[in-house]
Amino acid sequence: MTLTRRNVLQASAGAAALALTSNQARADEPIRIGFLTVKTGPLAAGGIQMEQGMLAYMKIKGNKLAGRDVQLIVADTGGSPQGTRTKAQELVERNKVHVLMGPVAAFEALAIGDYCEAQKMPTLGVAAAEDMTQRHSSIWFARATSSSGQCAHAIAHYAAKELGYKRMAVIGDDFAYGHEQNGAFLRVFEDNGGKVVQKLWPPLNAPDYGTYVSQVKTNIDAIFMSFAGSNGFRFAKAFNEYGLAGKIPILGGMTAMDEAILQQTGDDGLGIITASFYSPQYDNAANREFVATMQREYKIDPGYYASGPAVEAAILEAALLSVGGRIEDREALMKAVRANVVENTVRGPVRFDSHGEAIGNVYIRKMVKQGGRYINNVIKTYPDVSQFWTYPEAEFLANPVYSREYPPAKNLES
Amino acid sequence: MNMRVIGGWLLVVLALAAVPVALPSAFYLGIATHALIFAIFALSLNILIGHAGMSSLGHAVYLGVPAYAVAWLTVQAGWQPVPTVIVALLMGTALSALFGILALRASGLGFLMITLALGQVMWGAAYRWVGLTGGDNGIRLPARPALLGFDLSSALSFYVLVSIVLLIALCSLWQFDRSAFGACLRGTRDQPRRMSMLGHNVWLIRWAAFITAGFWGSVAGVLYCFDYQFVSPQALSLPQSAEALLMVVLGGAGTLAGPVVGAIIITVIKTVVSSYVDRWYSLLGLTFIVVVSVMPRGLVPGIASWLRGKRA
Repeated sequence: MTLTRRNVLQASAGAAALALTSNQARADEPIRIGFLTVKTGPLAAGGIQMEQGMLAYMKIKGNKLAGRDVQLIVADTGGSPQGTRTKAQELVERNKVHVLMGPVAAFEALAIGDYCEAQKMPTLGVAAAEDMTQRHSSIWFARATSSSGQCAHAIAHYAAKELGYKRMAVIGDDFAYGHEQNGAFLRVFEDNGGKVVQKLWPPLNAPDYGTYVSQVKTNIDAIFMSFAGSNGFRFAKAFNEYGLAGKIPILGGMTAMDEAILQQTGDDGLGIITASFYSPQYDNAANREFVATMQREYKIDPGYYASGPAVEAAILEAALLSVGGRIEDREALMKAVRANVVENTVRGPVRFDSHGEAIGNVYIRKMVKQGGRYINNVIKTYPDVSQFWTYPEAEFLANPVYSREYPPAKNLES
Repeated sequence: MNMRVIGGWLLVVLALAAVPVALPSAFYLGIATHALIFAIFALSLNILIGHAGMSSLGHAVYLGVPAYAVAWLTVQAGWQPVPTVIVALLMGTALSALFGILALRASGLGFLMITLALGQVMWGAAYRWVGLTGGDNGIRLPARPALLGFDLSSALSFYVLVSIVLLIALCSLWQFDRSAFGACLRGTRDQPRRMSMLGHNVWLIRWAAFITAGFWGSVAGVLYCFDYQFVSPQALSLPQSAEALLMVVLGGAGTLAGPVVGAIIITVIKTVVSSYVDRWYSLLGLTFIVVVSVMPRGLVPGIASWLRGKRA
């Protein structure tokens, strides 16, 4: 079925291209990509890596996508919904960008959702908020990275089935991203025979995790942490200072042990198992070159933040090729984004579901020291992971979005 | 009214009318609208800082709560725009009456800390009470409503509405300043003990000022919600309160034009300059330091006295 849809699409794109060959001047114009990121404030570390990832990828591509020059316009949202909205308006109305990428945080993405919809603005997102590709999905929005729960589902399955854990605690940043990851983990872990016996929610900017580490139950098999930014590193450090290292294994979500902070984490992070849609170890030509460029230009391994834009750019290029480089035909472009199967992105093959969320590999990685450097070594790959995991889509969407209270934790012990 | 006053008001009206002509694009008109909304907000805070001499770090409550009220009543309760706006304004004003009773038990640093604490309480509630506020994800307002048959969806029509509201705010605060009540309020700022000895109820005067500030803050809050069509806990956060304080102090506390000038400068740095300068936060800080060290009373009084000095 996908095949027919694609064929029809290519045919229609070809017809459209024929109709517009007279309009050559427009095709010579560069493609303007509006890039929403955060360069000031607490989210800046991730936001700057996102920009570096994009710059590195465009450098490899010789600043061209599908044969057209690319003009990248980077805007700093300041990490606030108001700022994001103003900057999105600036990019769309003043810079007349053809496509938006970003922003970093879920609340920023939600603040501009209606605006992008009203403007019919093709948006390739990286923020993980579940509902952007579920209960509030839009034909103008696609995400080639991962929803909050997508990677958490996989590691929950791994914990229950491969590691055989029965009793676990979950800890996460007390905001939507943490709630959604822990909710997703809890659902799959308990559906596979495990029990989540404790939930802990430190505030996003907790100065010290000591009080939370001391609350962690000692009669559990492992703890799952769904931290963002450098919080995972700080938690692992506190965990070890309290002498729990080696006694209780730690698992984590896709931002809990990001490659960008691995070298700082050092021995404190050894043995931590995390899940992500991306691994610098994934072996294809695109990724080898991307990792090498990131190491050469910025001296870091790409992780969650840096790889997102590289995947999105590859998706954009493939869609552009399907519509003959004509980014101006927004509707055909967004249809092509969803219809394409892109084999050679830096995260591996990617295709999309009907809600605009990627279906692709999820890597289970264990942090080890290799040749004097710390890396997340891939120990298992879950192929073709959907945001709905193995649940039927209709049933999944009929439930409320994952939150602090949903799914209800029936096995908590006080 | 003398000619200078009339001339001054004419100038304000002309300047407001000139903006859509000078900045025809919807984007720049949108930025001008943001600036004017924050000008109303800074004016409301100025009643406390400039006229009553009480610095507040919790003023974002009166921006955020009415904004949440508008979003919630429209989206969840399905109310019409007019009752929504009226109830949102009443809620913000009533809340300021309540918080005034709590905060005015102290003055000076104590007042500052109580307003800060109340602001954080409201921020925390918005963040945590996910069922009501959507928590971190906020509430989206699907579209700007039509108010009394006046369609607000275009940038120009919304700008006109905000300009009219700003003019009303400026006029009434100007009258407020010149009224007997304004004089009493300044009296409680400069000589509270003497005012009290003269038979004035200092607490009541301050409370009335607090509620007036809350009302105008709520007006800004309603417009804020219409403007961004999105409310999240950020609208109630401490940085939002501090930013308003910065606008007032930068422009000149106690003057009518000061908060407006401060709001325009900070909005322009945040939205326009930040597109060209990466370290715009530093630029904001630097601007503030320069203004405060060269013109300690703020830009508007500073420039006014500099002009007078030149003329003499």
